[in-house]
Amino acid sequence: MHRLLLRTINKNQILILTHIRRVPTPITSILREISKNYNVPLSTLKGSARALRDLNLIAYGDDSDFLGVELTELGRFVSRLLAGGELPLVNLVQTSSGLRPLGSVIRDVRKAILRMVAEAGSGHLGASLSALEILAVLYFMKMRHDPKNPAWAGRDRFILSKGHAAPALYAVLAEAGYFPQEELLTLRALGSRLQGHPDTRTPGVDFMTGSLGQGLSVAAGMALAAKMDGAGNRVYVLLGDGELDEGQIWEAAMTAAHHGLDNLIAIVDRNQFQLSGSTAGVKSLEPLSAKWGALGWEVAEADGHDPEMILDALDRCSLVSGRPSVIIAKTTKGKGVSFMEGNAFSRRTPNIEELEKALAELS
Amino acid sequence: MSLTSPLEQFGRALVAIGAENERVVVLDPDLSTSTKTSYFAERFPDRFINVGISEQDMIGVAAGLAAAGRTPIACGYSIFTAGRAWEQIANSVARPNLDVKIVATHGGLSPFADGDSHQNIGDVATMRVLPNMRVVVPADAASAVWALEAIVRSRGPAYLRLGREATPMVHEERSEFTLGRASPVRDGADAAVIANGVMVALALEAAEDLSAGGLDVGVIDMHTVKPIDADRIIGAARETGAIVTAEEHSVIGGLGSAVCEVLSQSHPTPVQMVGIRDRFGESSRDYRSLLAKHGLSAEGVSEAVYNVLKMRR
Repeated sequence: MHRLLLRTINKNQILILTHIRRVPTPITSILREISKNYNVPLSTLKGSARALRDLNLIAYGDDSDFLGVELTELGRFVSRLLAGGELPLVNLVQTSSGLRPLGSVIRDVRKAILRMVAEAGSGHLGASLSALEILAVLYFMKMRHDPKNPAWAGRDRFILSKGHAAPALYAVLAEAGYFPQEELLTLRALGSRLQGHPDTRTPGVDFMTGSLGQGLSVAAGMALAAKMDGAGNRVYVLLGDGELDEGQIWEAAMTAAHHGLDNLIAIVDRNQFQLSGSTAGVKSLEPLSAKWGALGWEVAEADGHDPEMILDALDRCSLVSGRPSVIIAKTTKGKGVSFMEGNAFSRRTPNIEELEKALAELS
Repeated sequence: MSLTSPLEQFGRALVAIGAENERVVVLDPDLSTSTKTSYFAERFPDRFINVGISEQDMIGVAAGLAAAGRTPIACGYSIFTAGRAWEQIANSVARPNLDVKIVATHGGLSPFADGDSHQNIGDVATMRVLPNMRVVVPADAASAVWALEAIVRSRGPAYLRLGREATPMVHEERSEFTLGRASPVRDGADAAVIANGVMVALALEAAEDLSAGGLDVGVIDMHTVKPIDADRIIGAARETGAIVTAEEHSVIGGLGSAVCEVLSQSHPTPVQMVGIRDRFGESSRDYRSLLAKHGLSAEGVSEAVYNVLKMRR
């Protein structure tokens, strides 16, 4: 694969690919930097950049303005191959308060989740903390969406089928700029837009969930509609591993495979626990990847707390054609707070002491 | 009155609607030869989805299509669609108030030979209890088509219940059909029968029989159970002071209950209910005999009229 790649793109193009950061940067400044450091004429580099755009590896404004340049999904994939997996693609992301490192965004969102569940007096903390990095990568890096225009028809859709992780979704949506951060503390209050489970009255929520097992069918319907309309948007759906006990999931899995819905990507938050204990103890799921594979899905696995790995898996799945993809994301329930990891805070709410201890751990 | 199959007419009307409105998508859980969505499937294969034998998934897929701007019409046997997928309809269709139309065929006792595993006698109750859901039970093949056109025209979730069997044509000529507005089919000053589905034709038979005995009984086709036409119910109660309800459904939670909910709160009036008395159905070689065994007959309606007139005195 490497050799094949090197026959397609030349040295200057590789330099450009490996110099592009995740966040849109003016392409001229990148080309100037390369030109200076590697002693290549700027005009040559401009030609290389155009060639890369023709190959759909990078995207930028028109030739005259050479505005922000970004790697495309394919470009990220190729850069990764070129760098042997060493290239950090996850760096600064756009949030409601400007460009920020993803790591610190995730840390803040984790704290916000703890605060809102403590304030609400109930909520599924463990399941929210396990899903956080997946949601953050989707909303800050992967999905095409616009917090200023939540109803944009061309947006990618997201369904939180494991609706009990709503606090994590709300905290990510607020950070992305869909509604004010202060509103997070109204979670589960009478009259609040932040219902106990996702509801379309919350800006940015694409579908109502809460009853387990229904999100994948809905996602398949949305993906079918996109195919019928010839629209290029994708549909993402996050499933819980305990949720896979529901039969409707497997009905929907067969529907999506039958219709070759390659615009549908499911992610399983594989935190190994459900309400009363381990998924292995309640109803065995393994061999989970083999099950999805047998139904005709492309299957990828990833560390569900490593944004690089999640993004890489999402990018790989985006390149699949003719069948839907599922990512089995290995996660830890209650991730990030030592005494909450495992099933301890599956449904429990932290008291003030526990909240302070947890926030201190995250600082 | 001539007998006409509502499903045959429904299947043909679906094709006309598909030709007129390209946002319409039809879903079916592998029953299309039976539900007659097969005509639509032949004409518009790209807008027909046979989801396989999986009604719960069908409702979810329909919800996703509606959320993406399509108008899905999800069809299937009443017992497996309104019944098995009730919670999917509640959570993924009614709660988000999506533009999903559910057409339930084989309603009530109409799958007579298949027996009670296939007969849904509670769908009007379970559907009308859902906020946002409208519920329509047309009396014959002609009004089934008008009802279909009406629910597709108006946005939001709706449940249309059709029978499997050919039934008498009550509305021979195009009459005015408005969702939520009852259609009076016979005037009468002594008592009023408020009916829907196949019971409208049987109530007309009863009214004819009763007129021979000097009783002047009106019949109202209350095709829309929700939103119910409260004005028409109260008007009939004022005019006659004696109401009979008649439905191919359990007397618990259906049309009779809906009428009583209106009258008890607005115009208390004696009511007798014709319907299935908290029992399951069973297999039968013919439809009429099974209906009659449950009192769903002209005789059953006449008896109820006599009883309600006794109550009025």
